[in-house]
Amino acid sequence: MTKIQEVIELEDVVVKFVGDSGDGMQLTGTIFSDVAALAGNDLATFPDFPAEIRAPHNTIAGVSGFQMHMGSRKIYTPGDMCDVIVAMNPASLKANLKWAKPGATLLIDSSTFDEKAIGKAGYTESPLEDGSLAEYRVIQAPVTDLTKESLEDLGVDKRLAERTKNMFVLGMMFYLFDREISSPLDFIKKKFRDKPKVVKANQHAMQAGYKYAEQFVDIKLHVAPAPLKKGLYRNITGNVATAWGLLAAAERSGRPFFLGSYPITPATEILMELSAQKSLGAKVFQAEDEIAGICSAIGASFAGSMGVTTTSGPGLSLKSEALGLAVITELPLVIVNVQRAGPSTGMPTKSEQSDLMQALFGRNGESPLMVMAASSPANCFDYAYLAGKYAMEHMTPVILLTDGYLGFGSELFKIPDVNDLPSIKPPMADPNDPNFKPYRRDEKTLVRKWAAPGVEGLRHRVGGLEKTNIDGNVSTDPLNHQLMVNIREEKISRIADYIPLQEVTGDKEGELLVVGWGGTEGALASTVNRMQGEGYKISHAQFNYIKPLPKNTREVLSSYKKVIVCELNGGQFVNYLRMQFPDIPLHQYNKVQGLPFHIQELTETFIKLLEE
Amino acid sequence: MIQYNKVEKSPVELTKKDFVSDQMVKWCPGCGAHAILAAVGNVFPKIGYRKENFAMVSGIGCSSRFPYYVDTFGFHGIHGKAAAIASGLKIANPGLSVWVATGDGDSMAIGGNHFIHVLRRNVDINILLFNNQIYGLTKGQFSPTTPLGMKTKTSPHGTIEHPFTVSGLVLGAQGTFFARVPDNNVKLMTEVLYEAAKHNGTAVVEILQNCIIFADKVHEMVTNKETREDRQLFLKHGEPMIFGKNRDKGIILNGTQLEVVEIGKNGINEDDLLVHDMYARNPSIHRMTGWMKAPDFPVAMGVIRAAPAETFDELTEQQIEEAQKDSKIRNMNDLLRSGNTWEIS
Repeated sequence: MTKIQEVIELEDVVVKFVGDSGDGMQLTGTIFSDVAALAGNDLATFPDFPAEIRAPHNTIAGVSGFQMHMGSRKIYTPGDMCDVIVAMNPASLKANLKWAKPGATLLIDSSTFDEKAIGKAGYTESPLEDGSLAEYRVIQAPVTDLTKESLEDLGVDKRLAERTKNMFVLGMMFYLFDREISSPLDFIKKKFRDKPKVVKANQHAMQAGYKYAEQFVDIKLHVAPAPLKKGLYRNITGNVATAWGLLAAAERSGRPFFLGSYPITPATEILMELSAQKSLGAKVFQAEDEIAGICSAIGASFAGSMGVTTTSGPGLSLKSEALGLAVITELPLVIVNVQRAGPSTGMPTKSEQSDLMQALFGRNGESPLMVMAASSPANCFDYAYLAGKYAMEHMTPVILLTDGYLGFGSELFKIPDVNDLPSIKPPMADPNDPNFKPYRRDEKTLVRKWAAPGVEGLRHRVGGLEKTNIDGNVSTDPLNHQLMVNIREEKISRIADYIPLQEVTGDKEGELLVVGWGGTEGALASTVNRMQGEGYKISHAQFNYIKPLPKNTREVLSSYKKVIVCELNGGQFVNYLRMQFPDIPLHQYNKVQGLPFHIQELTETFIKLLEE
Repeated sequence: MIQYNKVEKSPVELTKKDFVSDQMVKWCPGCGAHAILAAVGNVFPKIGYRKENFAMVSGIGCSSRFPYYVDTFGFHGIHGKAAAIASGLKIANPGLSVWVATGDGDSMAIGGNHFIHVLRRNVDINILLFNNQIYGLTKGQFSPTTPLGMKTKTSPHGTIEHPFTVSGLVLGAQGTFFARVPDNNVKLMTEVLYEAAKHNGTAVVEILQNCIIFADKVHEMVTNKETREDRQLFLKHGEPMIFGKNRDKGIILNGTQLEVVEIGKNGINEDDLLVHDMYARNPSIHRMTGWMKAPDFPVAMGVIRAAPAETFDELTEQQIEEAQKDSKIRNMNDLLRSGNTWEIS
């Protein structure tokens, strides 16, 4: 047995599992992440799968990956560059080597490096033999062959044996990271509970991998537990968190839940997750198109349900007309837009923040509504919940912006008690209220009452035509229209009294304020955090409330010598801020590549700006 | 019989007056829509649901002003989307009696997709389809039902589009209920609307409506009171298909085609005639009777199809009930704590 020569203690590690689409990399990464979480690490994950369902075997187009970042400190993002890459075939190595840090550890299944596969990946020579990996720590093992060998005595068929190679590699990884394997073995048992043969093969392969590594791997990487707050945790993706936040809002409000939605990447998981929650009474309607998705949700809102529609950029374009209908009828509605790279179909699986202007202004007429953004996979739960709360309490459509990066990404989620969440009190009209009028409003909030069909004494009609204030009769009176336009805008502005003030991390005034919104929080926070540690005078404000803006926005923006607004678009938030604060000079940093910000580019940008 | 377990029965007897709203009716004098409003006024009290449980939904167009004129809950939507809005309303609250007022343009052009899918799903709503074969509110452009060759504001040389036959579209989309009535027969319309209310599923009632301004007399050949006995076939379930002023003509199935015959001639008697079965699940005969066109055939009026089928809203409730029976997840706290979780202490 080889003696361990080295145990390397790491504060954080970025690991990426890459292989062919059918190699089970998502499951492998998920199990590995769950074990890290059980060991007390903080973590964030991101799947990197191809747009095609099953691209040709062993090609670059067919490479599927799962990246995870774990640490003994707070983890903000799935990480930029990788410390460890597990590559199951030549194509996946070729496609991902550019993400390896200098000196990174590469765990490679050498049995897949035959001439044909090497050629398909675009290599002329095997990278395992031509010395091109010399600067990395390479652990190569004939994983596929070893897996088959290890399962020989079990009488497992060839196909199944081949498919459990990911568990062999996982066993090796658990040895490498000094994890015990009882919990993943249990997990396999639960996951495949109806298939005892599969359970046995997978467990056996994992144990074989672990034993193999004991013999042949001469390092161990150790990541200590992170100082997490006490409590019950789970790992959650942004899309599932969004679905659950919406359901929690319905439950707390006492209103039934209704989703009208049409499948679209990267928002579909929300629809799928909600479809599975019938036991909570969730009504889910997979509509014939995006328009029917939102229109059915408006119908349900009129009926007194919490109406929700979920989509991504092109879908939001299709919903524009109906959004205006929700604005003028002053009905609650939550619209979740999981943003992706556009315009048009763009790059559906790649993330971007380029729908902000569409969310704010993409409708005919003066058509104000509330716009919010979640900023981490786990806080998609909070902001989805709050979107439901504001929509119902303020009788308005609310657009919640997330993005593909948040939606597909996961992180640890401290499970709340639903009863501790902020209360939600929809302004339901009382039966037979003699004073009920469709557009009679609360003086303070300008919110009208919600009067559902079926309730006695509240018969009324609303619709897309302009109505008189209070009485709600059809009207083309010029002054009434002006009044209603003003009221609708003012109603949204007044929500600012009910949202928190904008927080800043770091000094409350000083040299440089980094401003972001939504999904870039992880990258911006970790960059600023690191630079603060290095002594830079730099602060960070991440906006979750876009319209209305927090009431202290002017104060925040004007407390620094320089402000830079960073976005994954051409500059939409910065221009929105300029509209409202034309006197405050704002720098901007923009990237539109379908990729998240990397810490290095941000650090360089901020240092340059500080030195200017 | 109307099922009062689905929608609550009114504790008091209602009258036509109960459904008159305080809004001024602004359709043109002589417009067929007035007759539809009258028939609805007749039938709502007769159906007997609580007044609060009626909801009218519409899209855009002359037809779509309808909700303002009925004293119920009303929602005036956007162009073509009434079927989608009404679907959400009915699924969210199956205890409502949901009625859609729409036109040929609203439902079959801009709303075509929603129209066919509500039919396919069989959501339990009633659709009043005002077919005047023209765009009225935008002042006289051709619609999907405008006859081929007709000159309109946007077809000065005559249309070059084949029109939809409404029954063909409805049955093609697997509609479970289809009826047709002329706008000048309020009695028949009232009967047919009652049948629509009774039907479990999406009920489409096509009303041959006259637009006095932009397409006056488009239905004249069929609806003219002088000749209508010969040009209309009034269908009654279980009865042979007989028509004509002297009740001497009928419809037979000859091979795969319908044929008009004279009773008593060429050895044809009443027993040879097709007998109307509106509840037949197989739509073949309904398609053929719905397709009959003047002047070669009489146009079928009344309920052409009322086939039983499960409704989307019922199935939604059933699935929820079943899930609630079996699942351990009863509230959000259960869901949040399900699956893989761990305690950090």
